[in-house]
Amino acid sequence: MALRAILLVLLVAVLAAVPLFAASSQTFLAIVFAKSVAVLGLLLLLQAGQVSFGHGMFFATGAYTVAFLGRSMGGGDLALLLAASVVTSAVLGLLVGLFVVRYRYIFFGMLNLAFSMVLYSILEKFFHLTGGSDGLRIRRPTAFGFTFDRAQFDMVLYYSTFAMAFLAAYLVWRYLRSPLGQALKAIKTNETRLEYIGLSARFVMLVGYVISAVLCGVGGAFLGVIQGIATPEYSYWTRSAEFVFIAILGGVGHVAGALTGTFVYEAVRTYAAAFVADSWQMILGFVLLAIILKAPSGIVGLVEGFTARRRKAEASALTVEAAR
Amino acid sequence: MSFDTIVLAVCDGVAYASLVFLVAVGLTFIFGVLGVLNIAHGSFYALGAYTAVSAGIFLTKAGFSPWLTFPALFVAAIFIGAVLGGLMEKLLLQRIYDKEQVLQILVTFAIFMILENVQRLIWGVQPYFMSEPLQLLGNISLFGISYTAYQTLFLPALAVIVLLGLRYFLRHTAAGAQILAVTEDREAASAIGIDAQKVYFVTFIAGATLAALGGALAAPTTSLMPGMGAEMIVLSFAVAATAGLGQIEGAAVAALMIGLGRSLAVYLAPEFEVLVPYILMVGVLIFRPSGLFGAPQLRKI
Repeated sequence: MALRAILLVLLVAVLAAVPLFAASSQTFLAIVFAKSVAVLGLLLLLQAGQVSFGHGMFFATGAYTVAFLGRSMGGGDLALLLAASVVTSAVLGLLVGLFVVRYRYIFFGMLNLAFSMVLYSILEKFFHLTGGSDGLRIRRPTAFGFTFDRAQFDMVLYYSTFAMAFLAAYLVWRYLRSPLGQALKAIKTNETRLEYIGLSARFVMLVGYVISAVLCGVGGAFLGVIQGIATPEYSYWTRSAEFVFIAILGGVGHVAGALTGTFVYEAVRTYAAAFVADSWQMILGFVLLAIILKAPSGIVGLVEGFTARRRKAEASALTVEAAR
Repeated sequence: MSFDTIVLAVCDGVAYASLVFLVAVGLTFIFGVLGVLNIAHGSFYALGAYTAVSAGIFLTKAGFSPWLTFPALFVAAIFIGAVLGGLMEKLLLQRIYDKEQVLQILVTFAIFMILENVQRLIWGVQPYFMSEPLQLLGNISLFGISYTAYQTLFLPALAVIVLLGLRYFLRHTAAGAQILAVTEDREAASAIGIDAQKVYFVTFIAGATLAALGGALAAPTTSLMPGMGAEMIVLSFAVAATAGLGQIEGAAVAALMIGLGRSLAVYLAPEFEVLVPYILMVGVLIFRPSGLFGAPQLRKI
């Protein structure tokens, strides 16, 4: 446990120093942080054994909130835009959630997909409002009351996404250890027993759903600001699929899976996708199959399994020593 | 809204409903027997369509009679359903029947991602079109409106044949009885000597072929574009869910409802065309959570 704490502090320290020694990878990491927040939302639902193929809709909600509000305020402030996207994604999450939490498994996944397709076609069809498939431009907002130039703003974005990614991971970790979070996990193991002890499974699920919607909304808001644009593609099924893929890749057993998975995914995509752009999705599909069939606990699970084996090996080596 | 527009909308709706029914009934049939909702079903639809068009273009270019495009539609559908569906069931699905539901969902989803990509690699992103079957059957006139016979007669007739055929097969033949027995209780059916594995295999191929057939038959009426598979899986799910998963006759009613609703929207409020199926589905599911004809499931403790 102590080793883990030290490693975590070290990781945070290195990441905090990135703008000083590797400013060029700043934007890349900011994107990783922003997406990892959204992936946390999917990871949360997977704790309950549920998978949503439509969380891109909340991602788009966050980005479009920033775009609309930014446009009407002539830029706006980062903190305010984020707060607004929390509110809109929570409201949409509640509305959709009230309906979808009555369902589990394939119904849950497909209904989410259906809702996200609806949002996608609204964003694309009503172009006089939403800019159609070109999307809406997002202008650089002020941050916490100050105006920054481009380079400075990139750094501000880096630190805010960085802080948000770790804060969100910590909060989700706390939530999953709370009674409500434990109840969420119980939906996967045995929902009926959960109801027998007097908890409403739907309520437990709704809370989890709204939280996951907000996480995706915040991730989308950040990505919108980073990329300077919100497009309907944010709510397309490939985007939702990407989140599911990353969550499974990183490992659903631990909140660290979100950040690990996003980092690995984005790194591979940035450097390898240029060579295999045409078959990228197919490769993702095959990797997904391999993970599900061979290593269902993802990267974090593999690492944990490795350290556990090593510890076991060390322990048995010690007993052999002692026996001598 | 004039009478002519209503007739047009009904013709559109019935033709569309027939196609959606073919795909949705395959989806719901597989779910009813295997308990797996195949997300890659939409890809079978798209691949069926593309294969049919490629076969049709090849035949007409090689100088054969354009009438041969009709059998080509069916051959393409059976080819895709048997080869791709068979491989998918044998290689992947057989390993996951006893796994967690969320893993089953993810496996079929991974196949969907792969097949969507394969389709784009083979046929690219430019639209494909093949109108021979549509032109060969000519037009008929209905209440003063001239409409293609392919869409007003051929497609609905085929949908009715599939519906009645499937009904007859399941209720009045030995093979159908075996399928129903496995659906009811796999273990008990195996105990009395039914080869459940074979039943799953055959059912999956039949369902996949229906999806590919829907695609092949849709090919003459629309231009094929990437993304049609994703749209169709959600739409056919909407139909199957509105009817109640596993309900074959119900799927026909729901397909007709959604098809007519959608084509009316095209003439009345075109912006809402895409939304109508989902509005209908959500409307039905709010009041009947297991669909129009579905029975609520008992829960195991």
